[in-house]
Amino acid sequence: MKEAHHGEGDEKTYKFGMVIDLDKCTGCGACMVACMAENNISFRKDETDKLRSNFWMRVYKISNGLPFPDTEVSYIPRPCMHCEGYDHHHATPCVSVCPATVTDYNHETGIVSQIYTRCFGCRYCMAACPYHVRVFNWWDPRWPKGMEKYLNPDVSVRMRGVVEKCSFCFHRYQRAKNKAYAEGRRELREDEYQTACTQACPAGAITFGDLNDPHHKVYKLKKDPNAFRLLEKLGTNPKVYYVSTTDWVRKASDAYTGKQGEGVTPG
Amino acid sequence: MDSASAPFDSALIPKGVKRCQFKWFLLWIAILHGPLTIGVIATLMCWGLALNVTYLNNNYPFGLWIAADLGIIALGAGAFFTGFLRYIVKIDELKHIVNFAVIVGVVCYAAAQGILGVDIGQPLRGWFIFWHANVHSMLTEVAFCITCYFMVLCVEYLPLILENRQIYKFGFPRGFAHHLHEAMPTIAAIGVFLSFFHQGSLGGVPGVLYGRPFAFREGFLVWPWTFFLFILSAIACGPCFTILITRITEGFARKRLVKRNVIDILAKISGRLLALYLVLKTIDTVYWIATAGKVGAPLSSFYANQPYGYWVLITELGIFGVIPCILLLIKATRQNENILILACFLNCAGIFMNRWIMTVQALAVPVMPFDKFVSYHPNWVEYASTLLFVWAGAIVISLSYRYLPIFSQEKELNPI
Repeated sequence: MKEAHHGEGDEKTYKFGMVIDLDKCTGCGACMVACMAENNISFRKDETDKLRSNFWMRVYKISNGLPFPDTEVSYIPRPCMHCEGYDHHHATPCVSVCPATVTDYNHETGIVSQIYTRCFGCRYCMAACPYHVRVFNWWDPRWPKGMEKYLNPDVSVRMRGVVEKCSFCFHRYQRAKNKAYAEGRRELREDEYQTACTQACPAGAITFGDLNDPHHKVYKLKKDPNAFRLLEKLGTNPKVYYVSTTDWVRKASDAYTGKQGEGVTPG
Repeated sequence: MDSASAPFDSALIPKGVKRCQFKWFLLWIAILHGPLTIGVIATLMCWGLALNVTYLNNNYPFGLWIAADLGIIALGAGAFFTGFLRYIVKIDELKHIVNFAVIVGVVCYAAAQGILGVDIGQPLRGWFIFWHANVHSMLTEVAFCITCYFMVLCVEYLPLILENRQIYKFGFPRGFAHHLHEAMPTIAAIGVFLSFFHQGSLGGVPGVLYGRPFAFREGFLVWPWTFFLFILSAIACGPCFTILITRITEGFARKRLVKRNVIDILAKISGRLLALYLVLKTIDTVYWIATAGKVGAPLSSFYANQPYGYWVLITELGIFGVIPCILLLIKATRQNENILILACFLNCAGIFMNRWIMTVQALAVPVMPFDKFVSYHPNWVEYASTLLFVWAGAIVISLSYRYLPIFSQEKELNPI
């Protein structure tokens, strides 16, 4: 443990991100299920009101709008974008607005955190997020009898009246980091820290890793000529990339800046 | 006054003025308690059962409450701005209405804080905004300035309470009230400083949302243009709200309480400020249309979803902007009692509409291209808990009017 403390000053910093291959995504929803189970996301008996459902990972279905037989659909899994902000915006849209410093941009990992016990539910961060990533607990969480025994002990459950969102399974990062420290290492291997949705995707559409590390798969994938990010033009600078070989899908994401493959922060 | 016809509580009523019989006053207060009770029930439902009892949802985290909050604070700007004109610009005639403007301000700011107390998901943690303050957040600035300014308003209100006939008999309250009056220019200056900041910060709340092109505005240093527009629109509308409430109070009292020339000064200033605001708002709108297009959000995308069509823009700037502005600027229309009331009403409605647009409509416009528009309208719980503060405010104003010497021209205008 002594060594671990010594290392804290010059620790490696990461920029964790995701590349989602929309050509591979079948829209099965396994990522959503895995996310809910992993992160103790509450649900209700009646989930018909989707505007009040809690999803950290949500799969959108989009269509090219053409009639049969030319109809095409694509699915867009949407976790938190863990935006970095750029230029004069500097900060993540939600981080800069939160009045109680509940949400923070972690420069060690590039992950946007949320401290549930500090959130008082003003929902300003939800208004700031253009991706609808943040959800509010409109009810107290309730699990079917017995199911509370299966909750993940590494993730705190959230009470009503607070905002929550995808954390890139930050508890897994902490666990992996602890293990690495115990083994006397300061760096994580790519496979040591993976999000639940990444591991659950049966088609292997989601790839997760350090966007700055040339040895990680995401580093190469984000440079794919067909890679893009959602709402590129706003300047939120998200860390979730999408790859699609279909033109209309890329255009439908409002990211057709003509700069694909450049790693893409708009000027 | 004939002692037989004097109200039961006449010992508490200021000397030289006439008030209705106590039973009628009690009946009026009891009537106000009807809708107030419904509001209390709605508030308790929000606190007890959580915010699922409203029509808010994840697409509309802001709804009636936030729009009302911003609107009420703008309407309450009459307090600080009248104080500014009276104590700093030294327009002496305004001393006859500044007391009432303060009371209206107290009510508005108390209402704004009360509504926020219902709106937040964890009211018991409301103090976290001060404890864990994020200095980069516009909402933090709003919270600090509103709280401080509310305290200033209470200090301004206090001497009026101490001037109640029975309290004033005692030496200490009388002396304290006197000293507070002496310090009023300084207190008013503090109030002006705080108010400029929080009115502006409220404009900054939507203006900094760069993920929402509808609301986002560029600006000067850390302040988006909405920061300045909100200040200007608030001081253009606040005096009109003070006039409106004065006239409503006069309507219930069935007598004149403030001289025509005092009202006219406020109306004239309001009209000129509204004209300046409309010019700047028009420039802002043109610039906004041009810059929003660059981030892939053309004007048509903002107004593509009913009920938020182009009519919103036209109504806000035209019907609730240009029309009251013209009516307030022209002496003949301004001095016509009915037209003045209409102009004040349109001006205040315009402020409310602007605050709704900058908060609720800003969220209504889908940003992700594959996102669908969903509509929102408040339910009875939201209406009742918002109106609760209107009824409570009416009670505060009624009590103040009956027992405190607010209107210094009342005796002169209504000799007994």
